[in-house]
Amino acid sequence: MSAPAPQPARFMVRAEGVHKRFGRLEVLRGIDLAVRPREVMMLIGPSGSGKSTFLRCINHLEKINAGRIWVDGELVGYRQVGSTLYELNEHEQARRRSEIGMVFQRFNLFPHMTALQNVIEAPMLVKRTARAQAVERARQLLERVGLAEKADAYPSQLSGGQQQRVAIARALAMDPKLMLFDEPTSALDPELVGEVLAVMRQLANDGMTMIVVTHEMQFAREVGDRVVFMDGGVVVEEGPPAEVLTNPKQERTRGFLARIL
Amino acid sequence: MGVEVERGATFTVVPVRRYGQAVLAVVVALLVAWLAAAGASSHFVNPRVVSQYLNNPLILGGLANTIFVSIAAMIIGIVLGVIFAVMKMSSNVVLAAVSGFYIWFFRGTPVLVQLIFWFNGVPAVFHELALGVPFTHVVFFSMPMVAFMTPLAASLLGLGLNEGAYMAEIVRGGILAVDEGQVEAAQALGMVSSQTMRRIVLPQAMRVIIPPIGNEFISMLKTSSLASVVTYGELLRRASDIYSSNLFVVELLVVASIWYLALTTVASIGQYYVEKRFARGTSRAERETPWSNLVRNIVRLGR
Ligand SMILES: Nc1ncnc2c1ncn2[C@@H]1O[C@H](COP(=O)(O)OP(=O)(O)OP(=O)(O)O)[C@@H](O)[C@H]1O
Ligand SMILES: [Mg+2]
Repeated sequence: MSAPAPQPARFMVRAEGVHKRFGRLEVLRGIDLAVRPREVMMLIGPSGSGKSTFLRCINHLEKINAGRIWVDGELVGYRQVGSTLYELNEHEQARRRSEIGMVFQRFNLFPHMTALQNVIEAPMLVKRTARAQAVERARQLLERVGLAEKADAYPSQLSGGQQQRVAIARALAMDPKLMLFDEPTSALDPELVGEVLAVMRQLANDGMTMIVVTHEMQFAREVGDRVVFMDGGVVVEEGPPAEVLTNPKQERTRGFLARIL
Repeated sequence: MGVEVERGATFTVVPVRRYGQAVLAVVVALLVAWLAAAGASSHFVNPRVVSQYLNNPLILGGLANTIFVSIAAMIIGIVLGVIFAVMKMSSNVVLAAVSGFYIWFFRGTPVLVQLIFWFNGVPAVFHELALGVPFTHVVFFSMPMVAFMTPLAASLLGLGLNEGAYMAEIVRGGILAVDEGQVEAAQALGMVSSQTMRRIVLPQAMRVIIPPIGNEFISMLKTSSLASVVTYGELLRRASDIYSSNLFVVELLVVASIWYLALTTVASIGQYYVEKRFARGTSRAERETPWSNLVRNIVRLGR
């Protein structure tokens, strides 16, 4: 790899020619994208188009085969000294990941811990925050997602919507500079979708940089600064929500929107 | 019996008659009665000798040693099991291969052979136990192997290492049962793999691991009798020491068996309560009673 030009943090996320293969299957086939600080990017596309894979590449849960991704000016997976790139060791990689929040379709709360314990676990373990401080912050965050009174409930005692809101609080407890959402409402009963979207909307208004994979087109239109349509491992079309969702230029985008609306 | 199935129509319901079962029950009951009568009339067990030796100090000491060596070997087994399970699942091929070899070797050879190997084989080949820097002459500490390889040490090594191999597979099964999303969530929060294992994966694997650990412990209480061959003074060894001088062979075997049954029964009841705590919310926990758990353990024949 040749030396990359120093990246000023004009972009929170920048992807350049990202390729990802699973064995023979090429899932990402050259993704170029940029997300500015405080921007909310909505990522849409058919099943299997590589949306989840791309999110996972951003926080290095998957290693890319070609291309580069920068988060806040730092090359994902590497440390740059002069013109030399050093692959990050596990601890350095974990530290970078701790600055990126991720919310999953199936919540992935820790079932053996209460809501409060779920939220304080990583700050105490990873950031070495004192317990009293972590608990105070966790209570604020649970309050913010409307679950102050559920602090001592276990995940199995919470509804899907409540679990997902705890999961958002858990991610926020690490004070991330970027939040990744992978279909956060797809596993929810329709009547519970609204409460989770409301929390995300609030987060967007507070200026969080967000990449959201979603099938909620109304939400994408109202909250997104930009919509990116992916298909077959490439970005087919991107632009302001009103344009992409109302007057798509590409045939594939039109077909996709016609199918899901 | 009249049952109203639909309005206006009444049917008579005849339950299935299980004649075969009734005949079988009578035959089995007769056989048991015959055995009991034969045993009682043959005077092959002297109940007075049995009750006299039941709380003999040597026997009670053996009982304590059985409990001690079983618990200690179990702890060694659990610690080794966790280490080798994690090694076997490691992406490091050397670690995985070493662990695979350990599990294959210790599960594939009889514990009895392993016990004799530690007690008789090792001191015969290695005369000295030394702690130092490998491949150099630097030695921090050394002692004669025969002094180190006491009956207790050989028993703990034999039983503990063997148990570790079985435990490794149990722990691995427990770890594999934890949802992959848990690891992903932990990593996304910035935990490194050792933190993820300790705080997220192992606590959840416990639910799956606890019931078989109970079975292994009950099994260990009985397997520990093999330590008698390396002259460790556990229950069976003490019983045989006594009967080799007074020749009440059967009586002392009965004494030992009564104590083994007492141990496995108590452990079974304990297991029931521990499992119930860890399996809350699952249907099996509700169905079982201490009694059915006991029956299940006694019916299960060795491994
Ligand atoms: N770990 C993996 N190993 C092998 N193939 C994988 C792996 N992860 C994803 N894939 C494959 O990569 C392709 C893209 O998957 P991805 O989950 O990124 O799609 P997606 O756009 O998120 O779809 P969905 O809307 O269904 O979530 C799929 O064909 C999937 O089967
Ligand atoms: Mg997906």
